[in-house]
Amino acid sequence: MSEFDSLYREVILDHYKNPRGHGVIDAADASAEGQNPLCGDEVAIYVALGEDGETIDEVKFSGRGCAISQAATSMLTEMVKGRKAHEIATMPRDELLEEIGIPLTPIRLKCALLGLGVLKVALHKAKGTPLPDEWAGLADELDFGPSQEP
Amino acid sequence: MAVTPQAKLDAPRIRADFPIFEQVIHGKPLAFLDSAVTAQKPHQVLDAVRDFYETSYANVHRGVYTLSERATEAYEGARTKVAAFVNAPSSREIVFTRSATEGINLVAYAWGLWNLRPGDVVLVTELEHHSNFVPWQFVAGKTGATFRMIPVDDAGELDLSDLDAFAREGNLRVVAANLVSNSLGTINPIERLATWAHDQGALMVVDAAQAAPHRRIDVQTLGADFLAFSSHKLCGPTSVGALWGRRELLEEMEPFNLGGHMIRKVAYEGTTWGDVPGKFEAGTQPSAEAVGFGAAIDYLDGVGMEAIEQHEHELAAYALERLGELPWVTLYGPPADRRAGIVSFNVEGIHPHDVSQVLDWEGIAIRAGHHCCQPLMRKLGVAATNRASFYLYTLPDEVDRLIEGLHKVKEKLG
Repeated sequence: MSEFDSLYREVILDHYKNPRGHGVIDAADASAEGQNPLCGDEVAIYVALGEDGETIDEVKFSGRGCAISQAATSMLTEMVKGRKAHEIATMPRDELLEEIGIPLTPIRLKCALLGLGVLKVALHKAKGTPLPDEWAGLADELDFGPSQEP
Repeated sequence: MAVTPQAKLDAPRIRADFPIFEQVIHGKPLAFLDSAVTAQKPHQVLDAVRDFYETSYANVHRGVYTLSERATEAYEGARTKVAAFVNAPSSREIVFTRSATEGINLVAYAWGLWNLRPGDVVLVTELEHHSNFVPWQFVAGKTGATFRMIPVDDAGELDLSDLDAFAREGNLRVVAANLVSNSLGTINPIERLATWAHDQGALMVVDAAQAAPHRRIDVQTLGADFLAFSSHKLCGPTSVGALWGRRELLEEMEPFNLGGHMIRKVAYEGTTWGDVPGKFEAGTQPSAEAVGFGAAIDYLDGVGMEAIEQHEHELAAYALERLGELPWVTLYGPPADRRAGIVSFNVEGIHPHDVSQVLDWEGIAIRAGHHCCQPLMRKLGVAATNRASFYLYTLPDEVDRLIEGLHKVKEKLG
């Protein structure tokens, strides 16, 4: 397999060119935004919870970024729909990385994890729970939270 | 140095001086089109650093023994070369720093924090690298001075049509601008800005990090008060740079870093400062790096700065022409005759990270990102751009490879 094909797998290109869950949810139950200071990529994620206040009924994302960050976030929205918020808030990152299934250098890893990090911030913020240690370090590197722009 | 000045430089011959090009990347010859971020090193520089460590290394300005004297002589010799490189009136006006960034911070802290106050205006430009933007924003915030920014126009050039409006906002004290924009390659009219700044009683601080490698700099004709640049962008080692400042300003300033070497007399009751430039060179200095910096200047002088400027100009014009043929490429910045060897662009619908990733597999290194110019990126309405940048070892053939690579990017990801 060529270097191109092993990174830009067909499924990655499909999600990149036809992102699922692209959009905004007005009056979302949980939402957050984040950016990758390295490249300026931005992702905002919106979650609508079911009547039980736990089930993820709908999840949408907006923003701009490279194929890896956009495809990973698109795949993430498919993965989490219908699952419980607390389960996703504590979901290990490897679950997403296995789904993405491509070799990632440390720099591209940040692209791939931007969406998941923002989703976790949104869910923890909505539930008032602290971000797990595994993500706290990444949260420092990626700029999660309200936009710093004046 | 054995290289003799010539009217037109011989890039293939120059390239042979750079060991890094002896390798292949992903099975292809390395096309290093990211020289604006840092330049590769010729063996003449590497040899000078190695020779210094092997024959002359000791701490400078410390011992009375032979090695220390040799080291000091080499270090001060490098200072003389740096001074001549920018036509400084005296080598005592050259302060060795860690980088251009540190040089600007030195001015912002050691001059700005002590001299700015509410009612003063600090003026930067929208084209600045963060290194000549953030320190001024910070010291203005600390001192209560007003922080303002000269806008860029759609061509990526400074809009100087209403400069006096900035002066009317208060007491203009500092104008800080780069001579060459690192992200668009724009060559800024520093002489004109400096004249205007001086008419207002303000200081002109020039970030020459991107200009010094590419064109002859003369601090006296520019009309600058401070000018900072680094070694690594002009084929020298990392971790050393230079700040030139007018002597009377350097003399009246407080120190920046405090510690060894920068003192005249230390007592429990108080400490007095040494003379410039030592006053600003506390601690063990990057002496081997400074020696390499001097060797890089010798190397560039041997090739000829005019020949380098001409070579880069031709490459930029060629790249703009070839990229201009691609309807799916958006170009940023001024026409070729008003820019250095830097070309920023975007490929329609494809993020710069992905462009750069696919080009890497072709052995082509370009920059993808915001180039430490987020205010400018906001103005351009993009998060990031691709940037190809050229230097004395760049071949026109590498521009052709870039174009072929972009066709591949478009075909695979478009």
